[in-house]
Order: sequence, then structure tokens, then C-alpha cells
Amino acid sequence: MQRLKAIIVKEAWALLRDPRGRITLFVPPLIQLLLFSFAATLEVKNTDVGYLDLSSGVESVEILSRLEASGNFDEVRRLGSYDELQDAIDQQQIIAALVFDQQFDRSVLSSKPAAIGVVLDGRRINAAQIVSRYISEIASSVGMEAGPARTTGPPSITRSWFNPNLDFIWFNIPALACIIVSVSALSVTAQSVARERELGTFDQLMVSPLRVHEILIGKIIPPFLVAVLAGLVFVVAAPIYGVPFTGSILLFVLGLSFYALALGGFGMFVSSLSKTQQQAFLGSFVITVPIVLLSGFAAPIANMPDWLQPITYLIPARYFLEMSLGIFLKDMPLFDVLGLLWPLVLLSIATLGTSAWLFRARME
Amino acid sequence: MGETVASARDLVMRFDGAEDDALKGVALTVETGQITGLVGPDGAGKTTLIRILANLLSPTEGSVEVLGGEPGTNRFDLGYMPQRFGLYEDLSVIENLTLYARMRGLPKSEWDAVFARLLDFTDLARFKSRLGGKLSGGMKQKLGLACALVRTPRLLLLDEPSVGVDPVSRRELWGMIEQLVDEGIGVLWSTAYLDEAEQCEVVYLLNHGELLFSGNPSELTDEVTGRVAVVTGFEGRRRRLLTRMLDRDDVIDGTLQGRSIRLLFDRPAPSEPIVLDLDADSQMQSVPPRFEDGFINRLGGGPDGTSELARRYRTILGGDGCAIEAKGLTKRFGDFTAADNMDFVIPFGKIYGLLGPNGAGKSTTFKMLCGLLTPTEGSGAVAGHDLRTAGPEARRSLGYMAQKFSLYGDLSVRQNLNFFAGAYGLSRGEARDAIDSAIEVFGLGDSLSRSAGEMPLGYKQRLSLACAVMHQPPVLFLDEPTSGVDPVARREFWTHINGLVEKGVTVLVTTHFMEEAEYCDDISLIYRSQLIAQGTPDELKRRAQELSPGLQAPTMEDAFIALVEDRDAAVEKAA
Repeated sequence: MQRLKAIIVKEAWALLRDPRGRITLFVPPLIQLLLFSFAATLEVKNTDVGYLDLSSGVESVEILSRLEASGNFDEVRRLGSYDELQDAIDQQQIIAALVFDQQFDRSVLSSKPAAIGVVLDGRRINAAQIVSRYISEIASSVGMEAGPARTTGPPSITRSWFNPNLDFIWFNIPALACIIVSVSALSVTAQSVARERELGTFDQLMVSPLRVHEILIGKIIPPFLVAVLAGLVFVVAAPIYGVPFTGSILLFVLGLSFYALALGGFGMFVSSLSKTQQQAFLGSFVITVPIVLLSGFAAPIANMPDWLQPITYLIPARYFLEMSLGIFLKDMPLFDVLGLLWPLVLLSIATLGTSAWLFRARME
Repeated sequence: MGETVASARDLVMRFDGAEDDALKGVALTVETGQITGLVGPDGAGKTTLIRILANLLSPTEGSVEVLGGEPGTNRFDLGYMPQRFGLYEDLSVIENLTLYARMRGLPKSEWDAVFARLLDFTDLARFKSRLGGKLSGGMKQKLGLACALVRTPRLLLLDEPSVGVDPVSRRELWGMIEQLVDEGIGVLWSTAYLDEAEQCEVVYLLNHGELLFSGNPSELTDEVTGRVAVVTGFEGRRRRLLTRMLDRDDVIDGTLQGRSIRLLFDRPAPSEPIVLDLDADSQMQSVPPRFEDGFINRLGGGPDGTSELARRYRTILGGDGCAIEAKGLTKRFGDFTAADNMDFVIPFGKIYGLLGPNGAGKSTTFKMLCGLLTPTEGSGAVAGHDLRTAGPEARRSLGYMAQKFSLYGDLSVRQNLNFFAGAYGLSRGEARDAIDSAIEVFGLGDSLSRSAGEMPLGYKQRLSLACAVMHQPPVLFLDEPTSGVDPVARREFWTHINGLVEKGVTVLVTTHFMEEAEYCDDISLIYRSQLIAQGTPDELKRRAQELSPGLQAPTMEDAFIALVEDRDAAVEKAA
């Protein structure tokens, strides 16, 4: 115990006393929290749309007023002609334009299918697609209210469970808890052995009576605590962003702990393979990118090609992302959390075991 | 008198954030036709001074003139070889030369002739297509020198060219430089080896940024002429006698030399052993002083002989067993054998030296014995614990100190001490006692909250030793423990080690520092992965004298060279 305590204390000091280390510990997660939660949004705000209304009836006005009221657009501009529409799109003054033809009002009133023409700026494809979705949602709701006697099919009403307003930040905060924890846990653990190898202190450790498992535990605990703290920052920050935390904080900490352990294992693996801090840095970069990309954060795993999907089973972020979203938004029950926990346990054992073996093997 | 190619006056160099100035008013002149030595321990300011001359740094104060102008004006006439010369490890010898020829703008028509001359000069022609990274330490230095010489300079700045180079290559390198000097080049040779200083015509001795001495080395040694004597033929343990002598007020320095003791007095050396209370059989003989004697004298003498560390150390009762045992230790990396069949037994209370050039296999052997490498064949034991089956027990009974400062530089002195006390599994009370005692013995009280990495070299070394012996181990592993430190710090270190050995501690030391070899009771000379000679320092010197009868009073270095050359000759004959 004495030995274990000594190495944990030493590792913690090593983390805190290195001025550069202190900065890399605290600054990037905070910056990422701010940047990601505001910048990495899939909502479209602060853009303008235009409309060309040739029908001059009531229904088009209704749609436009709802469009304005949705708050997604700064301005809904009236356009006088097709030429004006073309100019406005060309010069990127508007991202989309709605065109109501002369028959529009009449068609709606006589319960015939009525169409709204939508012109989108394909150069801004992501935003345009989202705008298109907004427009069709609003149009269909108006259509349903206007024509309750419609004969064609049952009305479709979309309700988003767990995130009723489809507010992107509700997805972003729980997901970022997962991503940022992975970035900081990996970068801290990846340095730990490599740094000692480079500075020559690793030999000193290996000739001391410390056993390999003691070194491993001692090296993993401080970054583990850092990662858990970083994760909890998001729980604290959630109300500031208006994101609910519906689940159990205990389950969240449990999941976070094993996630941090698995990440520590990956970091330690990179670290024990590396001879210098530079190699470790590159190594952690090389594995951080796929962890983020294959976690399901950037793109749903189900959308990935079939051959790629099995690989995501090796990505710890995959499990914790699901857990974090689940616990934040839908009060994920214990049973489901456990189902996502055991792969993390296996990953931790595998990576930490390999690192322990590499400690010695890489001495040669 | 030669022509002046570099001069500096009142140089002061202050680095931002540093407590102490790196140079404190240094003056220097380099002339052609002679080797100017820039001598001093690590951290004395040698590299800073050379970098100023090479126009890589601007001094805070003072004036510099290089090749008749500001530094940097006549760049093509300046050759500079930094400590870690910028050789490209993935380029071959000839490619490295070509690269430097291009960089230094050597006309292509001259390439072949220049390369041929340099390869011949450095004896690297055979290795023309070998990759830079695959060369031995000595060959790398020679190639570095060749690259610095692609355009014959008028001033050649060499920053510690002999560091990490074995004695044989060192002599060759020195010979090459002398040849250059004869061709009319001004050479500034910086070194931490004081014995190299004696061979220079002019020496500038730096210590902590101060110019301690400048002039012909003999002027410094003259100050102590007649004050050095060697005691031989005494009864009893040499280390105990050395301690007794050093504790005398009139003895300011002393070292072991095999079975004899070399003493420096603060007055003319007495000629009768009786004056020193020595037994009647011992003899005293006055000997010529060395540069180091002069240096120590200038520094006010070395420490006393009694080690407070040793006084407080427990007595190791080794019994009949042996402290360290190597049985057929062999290490192979692929098809390369790094250490072949190492066999030796070290009894308790002895200092055992592993001596050999870089890359010869002494580090490999050393690392196998302290458990850092697993032997391919054979076995080793420390204090009776087999390294394979009882690794943790073996590790608990050893202390380890590496040449490179291997404590945690970002941690404070106290945090380092705490960590090692814990790592050795000392209980809370034991740890407190051990730490308090270390602080007292090594005078660390004032710097407990300082980061270990910021301390001066001498203090770092004390802290390293303090941490290595915190748990009072019966066996100490020292890997080139004092290279680069100033002679007083080195004396202090060996005073502790000698004291510990008297308490029964066993020391295994690797070194290519011949002075450290003299402290050993027994030495294994390792060369080309094999143990080529074993014996006491005196025995090895005697054997060297048998091999080359011309040698008068051979030094350890002479013995080393003679034995290695003999081995080479034997191998050649067999081939």
C-alpha cells in the first residue's frame, strides 16, 4: 500500500507541477466545451429566406407568418419577381426561397393537393437541407389545419420523444461529455510512460521494488480522476445550456468511470509503445480521430458501411455515447447501462493488460 | 605566435529566468597553430561561450571578434562541431559529407578530392556507405569532424568532441586535431575531461561561468608542484587510510590509485611516512602534479574523508555469500550478441567496475544485473536473490543511480524524496527518519521546495544519491555516476561511496572514466560484447606493461588501450 500510495501521489504531482501539463489539462476541455456546444451545431439560425407569392391569398400568408415565428430565420423577405429571387440566391442573401403559384390558395381551399415551390442554395447543402426540413414541417402543419377534411391518408404528426423541440444542444452536451473526456484522458495517459522513457526516469522506476501492476495503477488513477471530473463538468454545465439530466447521476458516474478506465488503457497502450513524448503525442492523435469519428457522434453507426460497423465495437466512445445520451435524456435504466458497461470492462482489461506486458517488453 | 582568429572580452551571458549568469565576465583568445582548451565541468558555461563565438547567441555584455570581424561575418572560414553534431542518421557517411559540402558551398569540382582526403584522414573510407545511425560513438564524432572540415576553416570550434568516446578513439581524435593545428588552423576544444587540458598549449578553465584560470596548463600545475605525493606499501585497507588522510587538515585532496593513495597537501609534501602516522613499511614518493590538482587547489580543496552518510548507514553483514553474481549472462538482439557469456562473482563490501567503450556491452550487462533487461541465457543474482525468480526481492536490495539525472525534474526535492521512500516501501516512521537524515547529510534543507530539475548539477547528483540509498540497500548500481561533474563534487561522491563500502555495501559501477576505475577493487574489461580481462586495477596495468614493455608507470587509460589493442590483434590473427 505504501508503494502504491507513493506512486499515485507522485503521478498526481507530476501532472500538476508541469506548467505545460497544467495548461493542457484544463484549457482545452474548457475551450472545447464552449466551442463545440456553440459551433458544432446542426441547427440553422441567423439566415434569411425569401418568398415569391403569386397567389396573394390567406394560406400563403399563414405559412409565412409561421415561418417568421419559428425563430429559425432572421428575416423572411418578400421577393418581387423570379429575377429578384435568382439574384438573392446568387448573392447568398437568402438560403432558400418559397414560391407560391397563382393556384395555391384556390387549391388549398378546394382541398386539392397544393404545392409550394422551394428553391434551395445547393452550395450550402447542409444548411439548405435543414431549412428544407423546417419549411416542409411548417407547410404540412398548415396543410393539416387548413384541410381537416382531406381524403388522402391519415394525417402524419411528428413528435420527437426525449427532445421535443429537436434542440441540437440536447444532443451536443451529452455527446461532448463523451468526446472531450476521450480527448483529455487519452492525451494525459499517452504521455505518462513515454515521458518517463524519454527523460530516463522509467529505468529508475523499473529497478525500484514497485511491481508492474502498482506502476500501472499509480499511473492510471490521476488521469482517471481528471477524466471523470471532465465528464462531470458537463452534468454541471447542462442546466446552463437548458439541457435536462433525467437519469441517475450514480449510473452516469459508473459508466463514466469504466469509460475513463478503458480510455486510460488505450492511452497507456500508446504510451508504452512510444519511446518519446513526440511519438506518444502522434499516437494519441492517431487513435483519437477514429474514436471520435467511429463513436457515432459524427455520423450514426448504422449509416456506416457494413465492414466498418464491427470495428466500432472496439471503440469505447461508442458505448459511452449511447450511455451518456440515454442517461441525460431518457433516464436510462440500470439494466440497459449494464448492457453497455461490460464491453468497456473487457476493453479496459485488454488494453491495460497489454500495456503492463509492454512495460517490460519495450525495455529490451 | 600565431594569428588571432577569435577573441572575446568581458563576456557576460544572462538567460531569462536563470538565477545565475551563465558567463561572468570571461575573456578568451584563440590563435592559430595551437589547440586552445576550454575546460570545465558541465554547466560551467563552455557551450554558451562556443555558441557565442559561432554567432548562435548574442552575449548580454562584452565584445567578441571572430576572424577579424563581428561573429558571423566570415562564416565560410568557421568550422563548428556542436555536442550532438547534426549528422543525418538515415544518410550514409558519404551522403552526409555531400550534404555538408552542398550546404557550405564547396565547388563541385573539388568534392572528390576533398572527400577522399577527409575519409582517409578520419579512416572512415571503409564505411563510406554505412548509415550514420549505425556508426559507433567514436566514428560518429570523426564523421562530424569531417563534415565540419569540408571547407578547410581557419577557426574550428569543437564542443566536447570526446564525450562518450572510448580512450582509443579519443586518442585518434586528438591526433587528428593536432594535425589540423599544424596546418595553421585555430582550434578551440572544449572538454570536461581535465586530463585533456594538460595536452593543450593554452587553457581556459571555467567553473560556474567564471574564468578560474587562463594560460599554459603548466602554470596552474606549477602552483602545486612539490605538494603531491603517493603513498604505497601500507598495511590494511586502502579506503580506511584514505579517509584518515583526508580528515587531516594538511591534506586537501586525495584519490585512490589501485593499491596506492595519491595525496595533495596544502604545503610541500612530507617525505617521511612517519609524519602522517603511517606504518613503517609504507613509502612516500613525491610525484608531479596534474591539472586537476591545480583545479582543486583553486577551488579550495576537496571534502573531508569521513562520510556522514556512511556513518549513519547500517552495517551490511554479507556473510559468506556473494553480493552480485553473473553466471553465463548472455543477451542477444536478433542475431546480434550484445553481451556474451558474462561470468563474475562480486563479494560483499567491494567496488566492481565494468569498463569498456560505448556499445561494447557493459550497459547491457549492467542492465541485466539490475533487472532492466531479461537475459537470453544465463542467470544473475543480487544479494542472493535470483533475478528471474525473485525479481522484486532483488530489486528491493539494490539502489540505482544513472549517469543521466533520472529523478523527477518537475517534482520538488521533497516530493522526490517522499516518492522514493514510498517506492521502497518504507513505513511512515522509517520514511521520515530516512528523509530527515538525507536532508541533513546532503545539505538539501534550503532547497526542499525547489523543482529538482532546476538545481545545479552538483545538487542534482547529491539528490540522486540520496534517493538511491534511502532504503539502505546492500548493493548499489552506479551507471557512470560522475561524468561531467566538477572534481570537488566528484570527490564528495566517492567519499560517500568509499564510506559505504567500508560498511559492507557492494557497488557495481560502469564507467569509461579512468579515474573512477581506479577506485574499483576489481574490474572487468568488456570489449565487443566479451569480457576480455578481469583483475584489480594494478593487475590490469601490470598486464598492459607486459604487452607493451615500453610503457612507464602506465595509467588505467594506457592499460585499457593496450588490452583492447591486444584483443584486436588476436582477433585479426585468428581471422
